[in-house]
Amino acid sequence: MRNGKFAVTVEGVSQAFGPEGDPRRVVALESASLEVARGELLCLIGPSGCGKSTLLNLIGGLMTPSAGEVAIEGERVRGPLPKKIAYVFQESALFPWRTVLDNVKLGMAFQGVPRGERDERARAALTTVGLADFADHYPAQLSGGMKQRAQLARALGLQTDILLMDEPFAALDEQTRMVLGEDLSELLARTGKTIIFVTHSLVEAVFLADRVAVFTARPGRIKTMISVEEGHPRSRAFMTSDKLGRLRNQLYELLHDEIRKTMGDTRP
Amino acid sequence: MSGARLVYRVTQAAFVAAVILVWWLVSRNGYISPILLPPLTDSVHEFVLLIERGAYWPDLSVTLYELVVAFLIASTSGCLIGYLVSRSRFAVRVFDPLFAGLYSIPAILLFPLYVLFFGLGPGSKIAIGATIAFFPIILNTIAGFDYVDRSYITAARSMGASGLQMFWSVMLPAAFPVVLAGLRIGFILAFLSILGSETIASLSGLGHRIVSYAESMDPAKMFAYIFLAIIIAFLLNAFVSTVEARVRRRHG
Repeated sequence: MRNGKFAVTVEGVSQAFGPEGDPRRVVALESASLEVARGELLCLIGPSGCGKSTLLNLIGGLMTPSAGEVAIEGERVRGPLPKKIAYVFQESALFPWRTVLDNVKLGMAFQGVPRGERDERARAALTTVGLADFADHYPAQLSGGMKQRAQLARALGLQTDILLMDEPFAALDEQTRMVLGEDLSELLARTGKTIIFVTHSLVEAVFLADRVAVFTARPGRIKTMISVEEGHPRSRAFMTSDKLGRLRNQLYELLHDEIRKTMGDTRP
Repeated sequence: MSGARLVYRVTQAAFVAAVILVWWLVSRNGYISPILLPPLTDSVHEFVLLIERGAYWPDLSVTLYELVVAFLIASTSGCLIGYLVSRSRFAVRVFDPLFAGLYSIPAILLFPLYVLFFGLGPGSKIAIGATIAFFPIILNTIAGFDYVDRSYITAARSMGASGLQMFWSVMLPAAFPVVLAGLRIGFILAFLSILGSETIASLSGLGHRIVSYAESMDPAKMFAYIFLAIIIAFLLNAFVSTVEARVRRRHG
């Protein structure tokens, strides 16, 4: 697995919270294995608490797995890799005391970009997400969709090959979410970044992903991988196509029982 | 100013004017002994003389000196110890309830002890002001740093922030509004307790002067100093609020 053919390799990774033997110990993730090719968009979908965000944090090096191994470009992950991986979080991860531009530049300062390059790169990233005119606004002055675009700009400014997105559009309304999904698909087509995207939305998963990893209820395991064979950028036409509908229904069938399980429902 | 706000302000001004009018009427017609409530005009006259002659300065400078030193002691120790406590979950669990409990004890009860320790001069006033201001400052510092949104910390960590960058660029600005509120409360409490303790046992200061004129049956001069104390309190409050608003504006 060390030949670096894949952008991300996850092998037999488990994660438990709480000490062994404690009745409250929670196994969030159980022996997950997957590979993500360069330039691929992989969606993780599953019921609440199935460990999909945990897996994302393990890949990003924000947590260390209880068992198994995560590798980025063939190298084992031992901590955050800011030069290779950038994050987009669900919400409120922008620093409210800094302007949008300064948020993007601060990320670069953390990453170690020389001072002289930051301004130009930050403005370019803001232009990419269509926020060039809002560089001097504070996050509180932006709508939810704009905040997430600003977060995306911050991640893009880091110029990493891999982007990890933890339910980035979950707090947004359906329409805004679709538009941002289209933009993301276009970005993927243009830059060839590798993206891992956690979501709750069936439609979002099918619309964005090259492959969808479906998780079981806790303890989370990867139940199935579904391939969506459709090139990027994806258009509105794909959103309304029969193909998307079919895949969405398939996904729903797979998830339905798992979601019942998380609600304590044992009906056959 | 909107219509509703104008109405509030006019009503407030009318209320103050009514209080002054009642005073003026009551003291003019001799309903109340002039020893208890001197004619308003006498008090105002004394106040004007006080300002013109600058006779207030020796006492005011003592009170302000006590305030500045007490606040410096309380803010440096409160912020520093508060930050150190906030670094450890264990320390927060142990010390936060402890300081909150101590905060609820009326610390002015320590004043007689402080007079024995530090004498009748500014020392005992500084000690009581610093003690009383210390608690809101340390409690808010602990709260400010303890409740920094985890998502800021995670985001900064994912982007490779060093320990120093984490402190200066994330923890400090995130905690700052709460810490600042503690500093404001501490500053006001220090001023109030210093004035109060000056009236109990002191050699000089605004509070001392007010009590000494009361004891020498010179209420017009006493009120002149009370006016001065009110104006100083108002100016200090306005100053602190302006500083706070300026800093807070950045936080949307």
